[in-house]
Amino acid sequence: MEMNRRKFLKLGTAAVAGLGVAAAATNPAVAAAVNGSYKETAGKVSDVTWGMVIDMNKMDEATLNRCIEACHKFHNVPNIDTKKDEVKWIWGETFEHLFLDEVHEKMGDKFKDRNFMTICNHCAEPVCVRVCPVKATFMNAQGVVGMDMHRCIGCRNCMAACPYGARSFNYKNPRNYLDEINPSYPTRMKGVVEKCNFCSERLAVGEMPLCVEEAGGAIIFGDISNPDSAVSKAIAENFTLQRRSNLGTKPKVYYIV
Amino acid sequence: MIEKALVKRTSKAYWAWIAFLAALFAVGFAAYIYQMVNGFHVTGMSRDISWGMYIGHLTFFVGVAAGGVMIVLPYYLHNVKEFGRITVVGEFLAIPAIIMALLFVVVDIGSPMKLFNVYLYYTPHSMLCWDATVLPIYLVLNLIVGYNVLQAENKGRKYGKIVKALAVFSIPFAFSIHIVTAWLYAGLPSRHYFLTAMLPAKFLAGAFATGPALIILICFILNKLTGFDAGKKAIDRLATTVAYAYTATIFMVVCEFFTAFYSNVPSHKAALQYLFAGLHGHNQFVPLMWLFVVLAVVTLIIMIPRQTRTNYKLLGFGCVTAFLSMYIEKGLTFVIGGLSETPFGEIASYHITLPEFLVIVGIFALGILIASILFKLVVVVKKDMDLDAFPQEDRAALPMKYVAEYNAANGIAAEVPVVEAEPEEAKAE
Repeated sequence: MEMNRRKFLKLGTAAVAGLGVAAAATNPAVAAAVNGSYKETAGKVSDVTWGMVIDMNKMDEATLNRCIEACHKFHNVPNIDTKKDEVKWIWGETFEHLFLDEVHEKMGDKFKDRNFMTICNHCAEPVCVRVCPVKATFMNAQGVVGMDMHRCIGCRNCMAACPYGARSFNYKNPRNYLDEINPSYPTRMKGVVEKCNFCSERLAVGEMPLCVEEAGGAIIFGDISNPDSAVSKAIAENFTLQRRSNLGTKPKVYYIV
Repeated sequence: MIEKALVKRTSKAYWAWIAFLAALFAVGFAAYIYQMVNGFHVTGMSRDISWGMYIGHLTFFVGVAAGGVMIVLPYYLHNVKEFGRITVVGEFLAIPAIIMALLFVVVDIGSPMKLFNVYLYYTPHSMLCWDATVLPIYLVLNLIVGYNVLQAENKGRKYGKIVKALAVFSIPFAFSIHIVTAWLYAGLPSRHYFLTAMLPAKFLAGAFATGPALIILICFILNKLTGFDAGKKAIDRLATTVAYAYTATIFMVVCEFFTAFYSNVPSHKAALQYLFAGLHGHNQFVPLMWLFVVLAVVTLIIMIPRQTRTNYKLLGFGCVTAFLSMYIEKGLTFVIGGLSETPFGEIASYHITLPEFLVIVGIFALGILIASILFKLVVVVKKDMDLDAFPQEDRAALPMKYVAEYNAANGIAAEVPVVEAEPEEAKAE
């Protein structure tokens, strides 16, 4: 059953890969980011590994808010404004909070308080996937850490495990906190965990994640396993940071600071 | 056999007690329904502190369940005969303790209707999956062993070889339930209060203090209520177990402090600072933690010297302080303390809510209800054994209570052989 579903999804990915290349060819922005990323290799549908570079020189407050809005609106993320029960996929967090191992006592406020875009790191060694008792959170063939919210039992082990605070639990019924519902993405019920999925539903049809589109160049997205991709070049040529790289989780989101 | 506890030789006080517990359980159940209808926002848990009192109680009661092995192991592996009379107390204590632990998981699950996904999509790399494996096995083993040992005693013979084999088989499970529960925490990067190789050892030591302490208290309570005598040697030996295990636990707590504060690594210190002194203005657990310190010191003073430990009044008090202190350290504050420092270096606080409190009360009530029935059963069987063994002509020397019960027992004595004569009915029990 499990394998059939997996094979089915892989075939689906293979089918849309063609579309993706076609889309990349027609859309220069996507083509630049993807950089011909879907490669056929023996026995594997794809050996793309999606990664992201957030260029904080370009990511200003307005851009960040556009990204948050586009993402939360599309994914039917409920708008709950109490800190205790809130659900968020993308949000802003200060440098001091995001890179707590890099902050020192005398760092100036303008560096400490700088607002950084915060999302799931889609770790190559994800702790959440390791601890989930039902494989409701899993890593797909392209390295995206996804959530099956139908399978999630709501034990919140992944939230205790995630060193990045990327996960939200639906403490309240999320459907009561949606201004409008986007019918092309499922809503959730209370009692399940959710988080950023790197827009895997868009990647599957050859489109870039919404935040990447909204950021207009402040986010570089693509295949980090391909050294010639734009994202790999951005990592190689700029000084970048990963969040809490000392934990061995190998995040795939990098920051140009 | 169960009819003995449920129907025969019960008092009004017993039924009132059972009814009281059942009512409390009903209140807890109503609170649980309220939580499930409204969502988990009615609990104290939050995006930052995603596990709270429920998982803390799970951890503590897994420890209580594992603690019973401190009777079972010496008796079955080392032939410590003085425990023979109370092995069944250890086995029966594990039953309500595991049921409570499992219920604390169930009430913590956001989508309980999908709970059995744990078995449908069995995932061995998840420690929670192992918890869901070993806890039910340990429960079933204790049910089988406890029941059969008591049944054998009821019929005046020794338990069979298979029962003994299962009892021995249950010993590693007693250890593993608590080891697995510790590994639930001890493998999480960035949670420094959890991330210590010491944790399973500390949990086991704590369990081997709390379990026997509770068994001593249960024996004292049964003695007071029914005249049941566990035997002085058994109590003294259990008290020694508490003394060693409790001292080991406190030693490990001290070790945590040394490593955190001598190394001076901020994230290692954060949880301890938050719990014992308050951090970034959050200090809700400070009074509770100092109560723990006071209780721990009192426990050590009572339990270590032989003179105080063998004084039953002091021993009873020492067992209460041992149990309460570990309940604070492991049950109330461990989980929340470990999660208090968020992944963003802030401190998040936790405030238990009324529905959450009532759910916990309800689970306690159910656990105590099951324990009451089981221990009632034990007492009835044991006292029949005592009376059977007591020479007919000396019975006048027994306390009045015993004589009255002896008369009552005589009244039902005619029925007992009828039950024994029908093995099918005995099995159906």
